[in-house]
Amino acid sequence: MFRSLGFRGGIHPPKYKNPTADSPIEVLPPPAKVIIPVLQHTGPCASILVKRGDRVRLGQLIAEPSSPDSAAVHSSVSGVVLSVANFPHPLGAHVLAAEIENDGQDLAVETAGIDTPWKEAAPQEIVRKIFSCGVVGMGGTGVPAQVNLLPPANNPVDTVIVDCTGCEPFAVADLRLVKEHTDEILTGALIVRKILGAKRAIVVADSSAADVASSLSDACKDEKFHDLSVALVRPKYPQSDEKILVRTLTKREIPSGGTPADAGCAVHNAATILAIARSVLSGTPLYQRTLTAGGPCVSTPKNLLVRLGTPVRNVLEFCGTDLQRTKKVVMGGPMRGSAQAELDAPVLKTTYGVFAFDTLVPGVRNYNCIGCGRCTRACPMRLSPAYLMRFTDKNNVIDAQHWGVADCIECGSCAYVCPAKINLVHFMKLGKYRVKNAAASRAAPGAAA
Amino acid sequence: MNEPVSESPQPLLHLSTPPHIRQSESVHTIMLSVIIALIPAFVASMVFFGMRALALTLVCTAAAVGTEALLCILFRKQLSTSDLSAVVTGLLFAFTLPAHLPFWMGAAGSVFAIAVVKMAFGGLGNNLVNPALAARAFLMVSFPAAMTSFTAPAHGTMFGLSRALDGVTEATPLVYFKNALATGNFHPLDLQDAIGSLLVGNVGGSLGATSGIAILLGAIFLLYKGIIRFRTPFSFIGSIFLLSWIFNGTGDVLSTEAFIVPLYQVFGGGVMLGAFFLAADPVTSPMTPWGRILFGIGCGVITFLIRKYGGYADGVCWAILLMNFCVPILDRYCRPRPYGERKKRE
Ligand code: SF4
Ligand code: SF4
Repeated sequence: MFRSLGFRGGIHPPKYKNPTADSPIEVLPPPAKVIIPVLQHTGPCASILVKRGDRVRLGQLIAEPSSPDSAAVHSSVSGVVLSVANFPHPLGAHVLAAEIENDGQDLAVETAGIDTPWKEAAPQEIVRKIFSCGVVGMGGTGVPAQVNLLPPANNPVDTVIVDCTGCEPFAVADLRLVKEHTDEILTGALIVRKILGAKRAIVVADSSAADVASSLSDACKDEKFHDLSVALVRPKYPQSDEKILVRTLTKREIPSGGTPADAGCAVHNAATILAIARSVLSGTPLYQRTLTAGGPCVSTPKNLLVRLGTPVRNVLEFCGTDLQRTKKVVMGGPMRGSAQAELDAPVLKTTYGVFAFDTLVPGVRNYNCIGCGRCTRACPMRLSPAYLMRFTDKNNVIDAQHWGVADCIECGSCAYVCPAKINLVHFMKLGKYRVKNAAASRAAPGAAA
Repeated sequence: MNEPVSESPQPLLHLSTPPHIRQSESVHTIMLSVIIALIPAFVASMVFFGMRALALTLVCTAAAVGTEALLCILFRKQLSTSDLSAVVTGLLFAFTLPAHLPFWMGAAGSVFAIAVVKMAFGGLGNNLVNPALAARAFLMVSFPAAMTSFTAPAHGTMFGLSRALDGVTEATPLVYFKNALATGNFHPLDLQDAIGSLLVGNVGGSLGATSGIAILLGAIFLLYKGIIRFRTPFSFIGSIFLLSWIFNGTGDVLSTEAFIVPLYQVFGGGVMLGAFFLAADPVTSPMTPWGRILFGIGCGVITFLIRKYGGYADGVCWAILLMNFCVPILDRYCRPRPYGERKKRE
C-alpha cells in the first residue's frame, strides 16, 4: 500500500511493541488520594490557586499558568485538598503539589468547547482554549501545546506530523488510543493544521502495527479526512522522536538547538492530539491519560486510563505486580523513562508508561570502551557517543561541543547496544550539563566558577 | 475508595539513568565469537603444520591468559580474564608466528603483548596498538632469524608450486616473489600454478595466516554477526589488490598474469589474517565510518610499499601498527556531521 520510510541508525529492541499492543484500554479506578504537582511540563511552574481544606471538583483549575510557556493544572478527582506542600517529583527534586482526597463522587465542573465551530474560529481563540485546558506534549516532552501551535511569524509551518507510532518499545498505549479514538485524533490533526495554516498533515504509523495503519487509512477514506495523508515508517526505535520524524518524512533537519518549526514542521503525538481535540470540542481539561503498565515484574501488562496524580503503586498493584521482586520502577518507557525512588510518585501528564523491572541494568562500567563503534552506528543523530563519553570524562568541553553533545536526544540507542555496558546516556547528560555550564561561565566570568 | 489499602512495604528501589533494557551482546560474547571464528584457521594450521602448530598456539594462549591473571592479582584488580580478550590475543599472536619457533620465544611474546602493550596501558580498551602485532614486532626485532625461518607445510612446498624450484630454500611465497622480481627471474605462470595452494594455505608462512579460505570462513561468520564491519578489511584488501594490480611487475595491466599478481599478494602473506582479525580489532581501529575506510586504505598502501620497496617480505604487521597510531587523528578528521548542525556559511 505505502512504502515505509526509515532512517539511519536506531535499534531493534526485541519483542517490539508487545505485549500489550492488543489489549484494550482499561480504566484504572481513581485512587483514594492524588498528588498533583504544579510542574508537569517544561517551562515555569503553574501558580497554585487552592489551599488546604478547599473543596475541588473534577476538572477544576487548581493552578493557573504563570506565563505563556507554562501550562494549567486541573484536579483529577473531586474532593478536599489535604495539603499544598512540596512533594518529591518523579523527575527528582521537590515540587509544590496539591494533595487531594478523593470523595469518590467525581463531581465535575461544567465544560464547553469553543463557542464558534472550530472550522470558523480564529486560530488564537482555539489556542486559548487549548491553553486553558493545560494540554502539553504527552509523548514525554511535556512542552505546553500552545508553544508549538504559535510559532514565530517568520517560521511558517507547512507540515503537521501526527505521530501514531507509539512512544517507545513496550510503551504502546498510544497505539490503542489511535485504534479506539481514530476519529477524534484525525479531527485533532485537522484542528492543528487549521491553527497553523499548514498545507499538509501527515499521520504516521508504524508499518509493523498493521491494524493501526489500516484503521487510519480506512478512516482517511472518509469525506471529512480525505486531505490527511497516512505515512508508514519502519519499526525501529527511536522512530517517533520529533527530530527523526521530521527527517524521515520531509528530509529536512531541525537545526541544532531549534524547534520543529525551524524546519517548517509541527510534530504532535497521538495522545496530545487527542487532548487537543477534546479540549477544543468539549473543553475537557487534561486530567487523565493513557499509559502502558508492564515490565518483567508485572503479571498482566495493561493499557490503562489513569487519573493524573495517581501514585505509581496503584497502577502497579492493579496489574498484579510482584512488588517484592521489583528492583526498579520506571516512569516513562524502558528506553527513556526515569527510575523512581518512591512508589508514591504521581503519574504526570508526560507519563506514557510505568514499568517494573526485576533486574538491575549495570549503571557503572563493567568494561572499558572497546571502541567497537556500535554506538556510532546506532546513534540516529550521527553522533559518536564513545568519543563524547571520553571528552566528557576528561572535562574536555570544547571537543564535546564540537562533536555535538548538545544534539543528543537521549534516546538511549547507544547505551542499548554497547557491549561494554557503559551507561552512555549518563555521559551525554553530564556532557550537556558541562557544556552549558562552560557557556554560562564564559558569559559571566567568575560567576559560575 | 474501592482501592485496597496497600500494605506491602516499599521495596528498595534502584535508580539509574535510562535506558533500562540492554542488548544481550557483551564484550564476553564478542570475544567468544572471535574465538569461534578463529577455529577454521586453527584447524588449517594443524593440518598443514601438524602438532607443533597446536602446541605453539597453546603455549602462547596459556602464557597470555596467565600473564593477565597474574597482573590482575598482583595489582589487586578485578580478574579480567573472563572477558576472553587475552585468549584472543594469544591465539592471534600465535597465528602470526612460524610454526617452529621455540616455545619460550612464543611465551615471551605473549607476556610482552599482555604485560607491556595491554595491561600497562590500562587493560582492554586502553591499548594504543594491537597487542598481538606489537608482540610480533617485538620478536621480529629481537629474533629476526628465528622469526623468518619458515618451514614448508607437511604435505606441500614452501611457495605452493607443484614442482620444486632449484636453489630456493626456506622462502615464503612473498619472499620468493620479492626475489624473483629483484633478480628479474619472474614468471607469472609460476604464480598461477601456486594460486590453488595459496588459497587453501598449503604453503610456507605464519602458522595461522596461510589459509585464506579458512580465514575467510571465520570472517564471514564475524561479518554476519556484525562483529567486524566491511569497511576496514575491504578497504585494506581492496587497496592492496588495486595497487599490486597496477604495479604488477609485468608492465601490462590487462593480461591474465596481471590479475594473478594481486591475488598472490592478497593470499600470499598476512593480509587476510591482518585485514579481518588484526586491523578490524575494535580497540585499535577507528570508529567513524570514513575513519575506518581511510584506516584500511592506509594499511593497504603501507603494506604495499613495504613489500615493494621495504626490507621485509611481508609488511602487514608494520602497516597495521603504524596505522594504529593514526587512529585518533583519523577519527578526529572524520567526525560525522551531527544531525542538524548548521552548515558553515560561505
Ligand atoms: S548519543 Fe544521544 S542521540 Fe545518539 S544514540 Fe546516544 S542517546 Fe541517542
Ligand atoms: S558501543 Fe560501547 S564499547 Fe562500543 S565504542 Fe561505543 S562506548 Fe565503546
